[in-house]
Amino acid sequence: MTHFTLHYFIGILPLLLDGMVVTVELTAASLAGGLLLGIILAVLRISRFRPVAIAAAFYVNLLRSLPLLLLIFWFYFLVPLLVGRPVGGMTSALIGFILFEGAYFCEIVRAGLQSVRRGQVLAGLASGLTYPQTMRRIILPQALRNMLPVLLTEAINLFKSTALVYVVGVRDFLTAASIIGTRDNNLVPLYLLAAVVYFVLCLTASLSVGRLRRSYAL
Amino acid sequence: MISVENVSKWYGDAQVLKDTSTNVARGEIVVVCGPSGSGKSTLIKCINGLEPIQQGRIVVDGISVADRGTNLPKLRARIGMVFQSFELYPHMTVTQNIILAPMKALKRRRSEAVARAYTLLERVGMREHADRYPANLSGGQQQRVAIARALAMDPIAMLFDEPTSALDPEMINEVLDVMTTLAQDGMTMIVVTHEMGFARRVADRVVFMDQGRIVEDSDKQAFFDRPQSDRARLFLSKILKH
Repeated sequence: MTHFTLHYFIGILPLLLDGMVVTVELTAASLAGGLLLGIILAVLRISRFRPVAIAAAFYVNLLRSLPLLLLIFWFYFLVPLLVGRPVGGMTSALIGFILFEGAYFCEIVRAGLQSVRRGQVLAGLASGLTYPQTMRRIILPQALRNMLPVLLTEAINLFKSTALVYVVGVRDFLTAASIIGTRDNNLVPLYLLAAVVYFVLCLTASLSVGRLRRSYAL
Repeated sequence: MISVENVSKWYGDAQVLKDTSTNVARGEIVVVCGPSGSGKSTLIKCINGLEPIQQGRIVVDGISVADRGTNLPKLRARIGMVFQSFELYPHMTVTQNIILAPMKALKRRRSEAVARAYTLLERVGMREHADRYPANLSGGQQQRVAIARALAMDPIAMLFDEPTSALDPEMINEVLDVMTTLAQDGMTMIVVTHEMGFARRVADRVVFMDQGRIVEDSDKQAFFDRPQSDRARLFLSKILKH
């Protein structure tokens, strides 16, 4: 067991930072992809064309009924079979996260869309805009603003969930801490350190969301 | 220019329009009135295709609104509409509200759209509020901006859906004044309203509706002086009393 000194900490810092970069990248990419997928799903779900709405609803309910971990496993083992070559833990995890988060964001976006008065749609259509133009220019901007706090809270959840990539060997922050801990026979201090880092980051983010909510009366 | 021919409409089992027919000529001002739930708002929402109809035909400037092949956005771009609850876009300034449709639907250049917006804002007395957000305006001011927004598309006709019903009494006249000027400039207008003073001063014709039917469709003078139906007489006596 190595003593947890400042010198030791500076020694392991680059590895931990590399891990944090991976965690942040995973979060950001899943967030962007998931939100985009969620917006598309939400628009499909409120479509007046029934089969499309039902298909989107089925997808959302299916994905929300599966453990995220299972999804990550699935794409880790399934996608290589489909494309005929290994795709790596990062890609398969990212696909899993995006598909999973898309289902959650769909529900958030749908609630956001429903929070915008129907008269706004009528006003957009009456002015000669097409339905997609009305959605993009008038409804979505208002919906996104209304759902910003929920969206940010979900982003914080996602940030924590990315630690699941441990199982497919992606070196995110938690995995890096775990590897160092095992290597130096220092698991307890490193898991403690990881906990403190997650706690501080997530708490700060949560408090900021709360402040945003109050100052903009969201 | 606008003809409504034997139009019927249902919401599920409930029939909200029953075999309604009327015509509006170019430059004509028609006031539609009647008790709430009589189908007035539904009727004008059918004219620009915001509400589908199940029977009959509506023709606007030679184009049949309910035909499958009709390009509704293109048709709507030529008919202005003003709503009871204004429906300005809260995330945009007054100017942005006005230039959105001209830029996106008519592909006008921004500079051109803004110049036109300023002219129209001047006309409705809102030029100095061009950069404010709707939330910072009074109801009457918002409705005047909404009228300017509709005019920015250079419409061939304007539909007003109870434009003063959501306003405090002291703001009603500033909106009616703008509408009166518009009428004097020759705009074709269909106005759903309870403002009988406005109807007396400005309208050419009055359409009275009750329970989804057009009960009376007559010259303004005839409607106020000798209403034909009991229903219209009752309505007038109630609404003109105060």
